[in-house]
Amino acid sequence: MRRVRPVAWYTVLIGLSLIFIAPLVWMLLTTFKSPGEATRVPPTVFPEEPTTGAFDTLLGNDQTPVLRWFLNSVLAATGQAVLVLAIASMAAYALARLEFKGKRLIFGMIIATLFIPSFVLIIPNFLIVDRFGMLDTLWALVIPGAAGAFGVFFLRQFFLSLPRELEEAAVLEGANSWQIFTRVVLPLSKPALATLAVISFLTNWNDFIWPIYVLFSPESFTLPPGLAILQGAYTINYPVIMAGALVASIPVLLLFVVAQRYVIEGVSRSGLKG
Amino acid sequence: MAAETALTRTPPVQAGEAGAGGRVRRTGPLTPYLFLLPYFVVFATFVLVPAVYGLWISLHDWDYLLPGKPFVGLDNYQALFDSSSAVYSFFWESMSATGIFTLLSVPLLLVVPLLLALLLNRSFKGRTIFRAIYFAPYVLGVAVIGVLWRFLLDPNLGVVNAILGAIGLPGDTPWTTALPWAWVTLVGVTVWWTLGFNAVIYLAGLQDIPRELYEAARIDGGGKWAEFRHVTLPGLRPVLLFVTVNTILVSANMFGQSYLITQGAPGTETRTAIMYIAQVGLSDYKMGSAAAMSYLLTACLLLISLVVFRLFREKDS
Repeated sequence: MRRVRPVAWYTVLIGLSLIFIAPLVWMLLTTFKSPGEATRVPPTVFPEEPTTGAFDTLLGNDQTPVLRWFLNSVLAATGQAVLVLAIASMAAYALARLEFKGKRLIFGMIIATLFIPSFVLIIPNFLIVDRFGMLDTLWALVIPGAAGAFGVFFLRQFFLSLPRELEEAAVLEGANSWQIFTRVVLPLSKPALATLAVISFLTNWNDFIWPIYVLFSPESFTLPPGLAILQGAYTINYPVIMAGALVASIPVLLLFVVAQRYVIEGVSRSGLKG
Repeated sequence: MAAETALTRTPPVQAGEAGAGGRVRRTGPLTPYLFLLPYFVVFATFVLVPAVYGLWISLHDWDYLLPGKPFVGLDNYQALFDSSSAVYSFFWESMSATGIFTLLSVPLLLVVPLLLALLLNRSFKGRTIFRAIYFAPYVLGVAVIGVLWRFLLDPNLGVVNAILGAIGLPGDTPWTTALPWAWVTLVGVTVWWTLGFNAVIYLAGLQDIPRELYEAARIDGGGKWAEFRHVTLPGLRPVLLFVTVNTILVSANMFGQSYLITQGAPGTETRTAIMYIAQVGLSDYKMGSAAAMSYLLTACLLLISLVVFRLFREKDS
């Protein structure tokens, strides 16, 4: 490896880090300021009289039930992650390990839809979701999003890389496909399943355009459309809006810290799918 | 060679295995279909059917709130090209907003993350931590980054103008309310937000380039630039192709940033195509017209993707 001059090197890296972190720290600090202090010019960095007033306001307003939104976000994102794991892993197993008529056609069709821009599906899916009576319910956030092709594609690649011998041993012991899938393939695929679960959760948690159009009543909102409401309701009461943004950020930032390996793995795999 | 490593990383499909005669038959004829069924039902309902259903809608005067939805053929599409129609000028204004955004953000999102990836591709202590820090904003959704930057860039009360003022620069830039500043904001925030995504993909690509190629280049006496041009760039080609196409598609999908930060301001100049389509289809409930717009935008994107693929292929030979 070429040698780098450590001091200059780390100065650049840390300087860059500030650009990415400072806005988030500012969000955190603002939540403990009063509305007046948050918009004072020149601004204060640390809250002069730290207050949790923003959280009190946020939690005390029935029009903006943030805890409910939080719960809805947790339910929708978890629900979708579970659903994706269940159905995508089964489909991926069939496509990677079983022989059947129409396999190439079905796989081709699934891959082809990776190229359909998501906005094309929004209007027809709105009508389909409406027909199923799922408008303004969390089902609208859980089910349609699980139809994406990425999970199947990603798991299929992983399953293809598993050694065949283990399966063959199981066959000799008389295991059927379902037993092989649940007792051999799935346990060996924990890292891939974790990656997919984390990516699905993050994607669903952060989704914005779909929930703002399929959810109408404040009780059924998740956090992203909730934030849009907060921005409208509190206009320049920034501590309250930042408190809402913080509530929406903490779970995903924590998840990222804990499962960083899986997130980055999933992202770099998505770029190298070729 | 190196260019293919990313693509061939997947193991070869188990060829000829069906022909391994005398194999124990371990699946009933229906088993594979049963495994596929749950996913396929969801996939067909929410991807295959809507893709076709949308086309059908686009051929009708489809007003969600009215009972009759008469067939109108290509009228919805024609209206998009007819300067006397009600949607013409708004639609093309929104298309050009998307175009401007894409043209400004894609080059930045191709180059800056590459520089960052090159920086992170050396071995040094704390590399993983820095990579995580640069990636962190991407983990937050557009709603969070939208309201956050709306606050930071508030022309009168925001900290960005306060800092600029304090160091002697103009402290009254209308970041969110006037052109061209609104574009600077939308592009800048997007680059800040999604930079880490492309950087991580580049980094994975860089790590797939065999070390020996660099050593060979060094023996040949090439400088750093020659090394970059003859080893790094060719080695990254498949990754570059993906990043380019993906970044164009994501930029053309831009919605949340405009919706939350500029709200289309100053007038409707920064209202993007997706924003306008969603408004026509899901707020005004003129779904036929909105569906037609979405297919036209898709056609444009397909065309652009094809051009990009072509460009990369020509460089190949």
